[in-house]
Amino acid sequence: MQPFRLHTGVVVPIDRANVDTDAIIPKQFLKSIKRSGFGPNLFDEWRYLDHGEPGMDNAKRPENPDFVLNQPRYRGASILLARANFGCGSSREHAPWALADYGIRALVAPSYADIFFNNCFKNGVLPIVLGDSEVSRLFDATLAFPGFSLTVDLERQTVATRDGSMSFGFAVEPFRKKCLLEGLDDIGLTLLHADQIRAFEARRLAEQPWIA
Amino acid sequence: MRRTLYDKLFDSHVVRTESDGTALLYIDRHLVHEVTSPQAYEGLKLAGRRPWRVSSVVATADHNTPTKDWDQGIRDPISRTQVETLDANIRTYGAKVYFPFLDKRQGIVHVIGPETGATLPGMTVVCGDSHTSTHGAFAALAFGIGTSEVEHVLATQCLLMKKAKSMLVRVDGRLAQGVTAKDLVLAIIGRIGTAGGTGHAIEFAGSAVRALSMEGRMTVCNMAIEAGARAGMVAADDTTIDYVRGRPYAPRGADWDRAVALWCGLVSDEGATFDTTHVFDAAAVQPQVTWGTSPEMVVPVDGRVPDPDRERDTTRRDGYAKALAYMGLKPNTPITDIAVDKVFIGSCTNSRIEDLRAAAAVARGRKVASNVRLALVVPGSGTVKAQAESEGLDRVFRAAGFEWREPGCSMCLAMNDDRLEPGERCASTSNRNFEGRQGAGGRTHLVSPAMAAAAAIAGRFVDVRRLS
Ligand code: SF4
Repeated sequence: MQPFRLHTGVVVPIDRANVDTDAIIPKQFLKSIKRSGFGPNLFDEWRYLDHGEPGMDNAKRPENPDFVLNQPRYRGASILLARANFGCGSSREHAPWALADYGIRALVAPSYADIFFNNCFKNGVLPIVLGDSEVSRLFDATLAFPGFSLTVDLERQTVATRDGSMSFGFAVEPFRKKCLLEGLDDIGLTLLHADQIRAFEARRLAEQPWIA
Repeated sequence: MRRTLYDKLFDSHVVRTESDGTALLYIDRHLVHEVTSPQAYEGLKLAGRRPWRVSSVVATADHNTPTKDWDQGIRDPISRTQVETLDANIRTYGAKVYFPFLDKRQGIVHVIGPETGATLPGMTVVCGDSHTSTHGAFAALAFGIGTSEVEHVLATQCLLMKKAKSMLVRVDGRLAQGVTAKDLVLAIIGRIGTAGGTGHAIEFAGSAVRALSMEGRMTVCNMAIEAGARAGMVAADDTTIDYVRGRPYAPRGADWDRAVALWCGLVSDEGATFDTTHVFDAAAVQPQVTWGTSPEMVVPVDGRVPDPDRERDTTRRDGYAKALAYMGLKPNTPITDIAVDKVFIGSCTNSRIEDLRAAAAVARGRKVASNVRLALVVPGSGTVKAQAESEGLDRVFRAAGFEWREPGCSMCLAMNDDRLEPGERCASTSNRNFEGRQGAGGRTHLVSPAMAAAAAIAGRFVDVRRLS
């Protein structure tokens, strides 16, 4: 996994609550057996005027000029600003894959759905939780200043404007922070405890053999 | 200390705990399907790892499989590749049991787990699918995971997670005649919201929940995820044990007696405390119909589409306006004035035998309205299908003008050919009414099986209790 330490990037605002993973990456793209290549279909139904299917040449498709990702001022954005309960619905990890593949490294929102939140950490995408009023201030700033960007410092757990006029601290679980900072493979970490798992399993299966 | 059911299930699976409270949780049952597993198996292969305990894996192909013309195989080449990839992965890595495409017990992963007894009380059950919460109906700790976690469970039989907060949803009293588990859970989501359960594991309890069959409890737990909770659960009781008895993978003989003795303790202790509690009166619940693009956008069938202008919160008002625009609905329209183009009875929420019986009871001796282009009944599994056919339900549906199909996820998420065309309106027994969920531009209204059948007969939404 790509480590995450310090990142500065342009902010793109998605101004609606309860954005679901069906919207982030529609189901027809879930037929892929790969982990990569989902970026061009991120928010496909909102982003293009035609109906997207796997295998299309996305560069030739008509873009919806009203959708934020297509507006010149947000091109190349790598931080996504969102409203409450972002990433609700389906557990599809294709959602963070699509965000990461598009180039999104961090998210800022008042809340996320649990599975999506988890999935982000596994893919080097940092989901930051800020308060409602802080998020609203960032929405205002993003709309007011073309090219508005933020710097995320995971070590110090801050998200701030370059000039320091706005700076917010955020919480992150220590274990997740460590994995992200070091880009650790958590399967490898878990397997360090293989003996403990084996012992637990042996006991459990002896007590409740029907589980196996 | 008095413990909740969730405490008991969680604590009994903790292998170790990190200093920050992150637990390594042992997983008993791992359900696998074709859409969220290929990248996990690929990861396993690239790292040179093997599955930790093959006997924990129960697999099926359900999301992509067609529901008709099975003799022609899977025509969409991309879907076919995905299903064949699962076939190959199971061949290489093994499973306790695999129900491939065309197997007569194949079906939706959340239907076949319980019906085969692969899901048992007291287990931790995971699947790369958010509706894994369904299995919590068996006093199991069941939740959906992402593909990286699928790989993690395959490789280590464990997951890293923090304990969630606990929520009690207690439903007192009795549901009225004609009001079902689906109406109850929609009403719950309507009140607590789609983020109401975020960060929580919900236990559904109270006399109305106790009175539900296992099918009804599965419907309720299935939609816990739509209330934002990763897990929903119901304590074990005689209904649970009666359902499990004799299933193919349920324990037998002396093991059965030992298991039952253990399972009887899978209840919250008297006086155990929850972080959050919601109380509902079952008698007040009416048949529900969603009007918008989120399951919380729901009203009783005798209600009206809301007026965004009456919402004070701006994000909410915008959300309502966007939903109405997408749904092609005007504010204040009575729900019973909304006509439907298609009807879908199926999905892991409502495709079990009891659901089909309820829908058939409404369809019996009646005809699908002429404005309804397609009324689809998709049983949850081959076993459900066979049972329904042995009861003659297929003939009831066909005689009324419904199509009777092969099992699978079908139009719940429209990865196969069953889908809505842009602008089409559907009464659906599934669980998500998100934009485009049942086909790009399609408009979904979530209802119970009886209400869906009633909508098919009337050509519009009606209170099933008043169907003439
Ligand atoms: S029926 Fe629908 S919700 Fe259930 S597993 Fe299949 S696609 Fe998911």
